[in-house]
Amino acid sequence: MEMPKPDDTVIARRAELAAALREIVPGEGVIDTDEELRAFDCDGLMAYKQLPLIVVLPETTEQVSAVLKYCHENNVKIVPRGAGTGLSGGAMPLADAITLGLGKFKKILDIDFENRCVVTQPGVTNLGITQAVEHAGFYYAPDPSSQIACSIGGNVAENSGGVHCLKYGLTTNNVLGVEIVLMNGEVVRFGGKHMDAGGYDLLGVITGSEGLLGVITEVTVRILRKPEVARALLIGFPTMIDAGKCVADVIAAGIIPGGMELMDKPTIHATEDFVHAGYPLDVEGLMIVELDGPEAEVAYLVERVEDIARACNASTIRISESEDERMRFWSGRKNAFPAIGRISPDYICVDGTIPRKKLAEVLERMQGLSDKHGLRVANVFHAGDGNLHPLVLFDANQPGELESAEKLCADILTLCVEVGGVLSGEHGIGVEKRDLMGTMFTEDDLKQQQRVKCAFDPGHLLNPGKVYPELHRCAELGKMHVHHGKLPFPDIPRF
Amino acid sequence: MPETLKPETEDQLLEAVKWAVSEKTPMEVVAGGTKRHFGRPMQTSATLDMSAIAGVMTYEPEELFVTAKAGTPMAALTAALDEKGQQFSFEPPDLGPLLGSGVDKGTIGGIVATNLAGPRRIKEGAARDHLLGFHAVSGRGEVFKSGGTVVKNVTGFDLSKLMAGSFGTLAVMSQVTLKVLPQPEKIRTLLVRWRADGIYDHGAMKVMSKALGSSHDVSGAAHLPALAAASSSVDYVSGSGGGVTALRIEGPGPSVEHRAEALKAEIKDFGMLEELHTTNSKTFWREVRDVRPFVGRDDVPYIWRISVPPADGSRIALAILETLKGEVYYDWGGGQIWMALRPVVNAGAEVIRSAIAKTGGHATLVRAPADIRAEVPVMQPQSDAEAEITKKVKEGFDPEGVLNPGRMYPGV
Repeated sequence: MEMPKPDDTVIARRAELAAALREIVPGEGVIDTDEELRAFDCDGLMAYKQLPLIVVLPETTEQVSAVLKYCHENNVKIVPRGAGTGLSGGAMPLADAITLGLGKFKKILDIDFENRCVVTQPGVTNLGITQAVEHAGFYYAPDPSSQIACSIGGNVAENSGGVHCLKYGLTTNNVLGVEIVLMNGEVVRFGGKHMDAGGYDLLGVITGSEGLLGVITEVTVRILRKPEVARALLIGFPTMIDAGKCVADVIAAGIIPGGMELMDKPTIHATEDFVHAGYPLDVEGLMIVELDGPEAEVAYLVERVEDIARACNASTIRISESEDERMRFWSGRKNAFPAIGRISPDYICVDGTIPRKKLAEVLERMQGLSDKHGLRVANVFHAGDGNLHPLVLFDANQPGELESAEKLCADILTLCVEVGGVLSGEHGIGVEKRDLMGTMFTEDDLKQQQRVKCAFDPGHLLNPGKVYPELHRCAELGKMHVHHGKLPFPDIPRF
Repeated sequence: MPETLKPETEDQLLEAVKWAVSEKTPMEVVAGGTKRHFGRPMQTSATLDMSAIAGVMTYEPEELFVTAKAGTPMAALTAALDEKGQQFSFEPPDLGPLLGSGVDKGTIGGIVATNLAGPRRIKEGAARDHLLGFHAVSGRGEVFKSGGTVVKNVTGFDLSKLMAGSFGTLAVMSQVTLKVLPQPEKIRTLLVRWRADGIYDHGAMKVMSKALGSSHDVSGAAHLPALAAASSSVDYVSGSGGGVTALRIEGPGPSVEHRAEALKAEIKDFGMLEELHTTNSKTFWREVRDVRPFVGRDDVPYIWRISVPPADGSRIALAILETLKGEVYYDWGGGQIWMALRPVVNAGAEVIRSAIAKTGGHATLVRAPADIRAEVPVMQPQSDAEAEITKKVKEGFDPEGVLNPGRMYPGV
């Protein structure tokens, strides 16, 4: 993976830039010593590290605006950063760019139960929002696994998902408004406490734009009342094909569970060794289905899911009888990544989405790819929405293994696209999948996306080198190729 | 005479747009034509009729999506989903009757292009939340696509959001993929009846806020003051003699009964209660969805759709009606105000827009004669920064301004 060639003239100006930025963000908000910069040298995609030129940690929207305006005028690149938990390298630093961290934006600004929303600064953690409203029985629904650490600003930038997205939607379905600062320092608001935009849905475009369009300085999210009860079924299957069929059958029966997760044998064993959740070890696939709602509904749906599971050859079915037991069922799944970390020195978490019905086929072909590259793959899935998280295990200290792992990841994602899926379900493209964009999109598709970039940041100063393999100059993207002449398609019906 | 082009294939569509670009000929994009008078009047010299690019391409009920050509009639799509017990959960409205263009003539492309949504918006979102992907021809005369057929997808900028609600000003969609969901087994609607209107509307906002903030998963919350309620074809509603607040609960049978009882207990202090079962519920919510209370009402020519923070709905509406003569009803728990005004200067735009300035929101003039729509900003006026981005986005997709130019804003 290659990043754009750093601009040495900018790097040479580090001291001058740092001094100017200190005028804007006083105190300890500007970091420019290598020792301190080390803490920011990667995000959750730890395979790639790079020291940023300077890190700036502003505390107000005015400061963000002034920093961006200064950088705009001085042609300096910016990498926005939330909590740094992203898994696709969206916040990976660039040698000639300033990393703009929003970690000090930690205040919740307004809790509005009547309108069922929270206005918050972007550095507040995902779980922090739920914690601020749970005393009144409310919560914020999207729940990425990193929810204790990841920030809501980062969630919006990546359109993060989580276990409960199957029923409650992704970040984009739960955000009502944002305040963003454009690269030229201008502050704009899209949305608010009301629903839907009056004009173009720019809020929808900002969500999931991976820091390429603007810097988020405030977010309004909707909150929901907690369901009365939640119960989980832990279902073991003799084959992954049976498990995959069960997923499809539950959905086909018109049931949309709160969550529906699937793990394969290597993951089951690794997590069981780690957290002792009581998982059955003699099964090939283990599914957790969570049903939430009023007691009457949950009891009714638990029975129906149980029937479907039996019809799909389930070998074990356990139903949580208490909140403790439900949490225990989840403990393995929620700790799957660290559990895998114990059995392999390094791993890369892949994130693709496929049509549910292709699950068995993809698993089988993935095994072939794993054999081909000589690396192990452990699988966890948000099965309900076809979102795969194969974990590619490798040892970075073995020469060539990182490269093999990268190739295997690329092959798996290409497979996802081939069966009708997409490159990223919830982690974003970042640098990780950037070079695969061509497997899903034509040149014209990508150019049209980049024209949106041009509307926000024509100089390509915000997070360059991310998402798009090649950023075309906006002047070039704006050119029209017009063939003059009469209507060349005489057989179009005309009236 | 303006020329009409009616492509039958995607290739022909591409050729038609390329022709418009090369001849710099602005085109009006239409299919069912139900919402032709929604938006600013345009100066176009050709019509691009999309109604022949129609038909369901792929419908996979177990994968919860349907792909259809953009000109597919909603009626045909709804019938196909019905057969499998599924639906578009955002409850796409049929504004044909309101806009005087007939029943059941709308197309899926039109629904997406206007980003409409019915009462279930509060729970399930709008068209924007259900559009998974699309293929289109841009105003540059280039075919492009975005999104896919799966729900979880963060692969590049989410152009589906941009297309939803862009009124055909950026690109002509040739095919769209939307999320579908199972229909509920059972529907129950609780009605709270009010003696009078006016300040009682504030009480209605409180009931709706309480219901939507409960754990009973309310999927519709509307308040119809006396006149709107009287127009309903559901006897329990029209015969109530006053205003009616309606709360919808849907889902599996046992769950609906349990939740309806629990919700009833929580709101019983607000007033008299009545209940609608599945069939009546369907009729009632369709009326709310399609703005039926104002259909055929020539005495109130101006219809506004106002989106505000839900709890502020009645306060804002009543403040407007102190100055302007008209009627109102509320959907989305108060967050969507449908307002019908008697003839008044500029359709009352200044009064309405200054009333929402403090809380934030937007007001759209959905129905008015063409001369009024030419004078009064139909869409909510934008801040300078928003307007600048809007203009640049338009230039990125349709630099020559050949697709529905000026439909939303002058010069866009």
